Amino acid sequence: MAQPPKTATGPGRVLVAVYAIFALAATSRAGVQIATKFHEAPVAYLLSALAAVIYVLATFALARSGETAWRIALAACAVELLGVLTIGTLSIFDSAAFPQATVWSVYGQGYLFIPLVLPVLGLLWLRRTAPRPQNPIDRPVG
Amino acid sequence: MITGFAITIVACAVLAAVWSFVLSARNREPSKALLGALAAVELLLVVQLIIGVVLLVGGERPGSIATYLAYLIGCLLVLPVGTVWALAERSRSSTAVLGITCVAIPVMVLRLNEVWNGATA
Repeated sequence: MAQPPKTATGPGRVLVAVYAIFALAATSRAGVQIATKFHEAPVAYLLSALAAVIYVLATFALARSGETAWRIALAACAVELLGVLTIGTLSIFDSAAFPQATVWSVYGQGYLFIPLVLPVLGLLWLRRTAPRPQNPIDRPVG
Repeated sequence: MITGFAITIVACAVLAAVWSFVLSARNREPSKALLGALAAVELLLVVQLIIGVVLLVGGERPGSIATYLAYLIGCLLVLPVGTVWALAERSRSSTAVLGITCVAIPVMVLRLNEVWNGATA
């Protein structure tokens, strides 16, 4: 019987709070961008929306306990790290494609680089709360 | 927007945040006094909403009305939601969660001020 991973306890609660704020900020920003000036930079604004979805997903997955939630959180944090590195790099070398700031532009510069640090903290926290068998005997041999 | 009032909110929220982090560092659960301070900040935010709506009705216009209203109303939700989340499991982390939510307030009020002064998003 595996022990369900508990990501929403202790320091994890602080992590969820920060994620929730970013989920709110990214969702509102993407919402406004898409509603008012989507045609200006559709790709950038769609990526903005993707970032928002990932923050929302990570927030809810981290706030729940259980192996499925843990896996979703892991995927969300991994995609988030990949996203902030990719968009961050693209926004520096191909600034024409990103005329307006998104959460991940220049590695989240407009947000004090928290978008860059957050997925790393998330992944570290997920490693610490990784699902593991309750006692060593349950561990499959070989 | 009354700039002085916005600065007051920012100052109060920053003080509440610092207080939260100090308490958390000293391994304390959220105290009644701290929760009172958060309630006071929330009250200031409600007053800010009233001032904001009165100014709108009076004919003044921000850079974008939708964004302005979103910030004006949105910043009212942060502290209550954060407090519920913080108090669901009482520990030093709860106090840190309150600090994080307090930090979000000055950011939102500063953005609100930018929108009021003509920024569109």
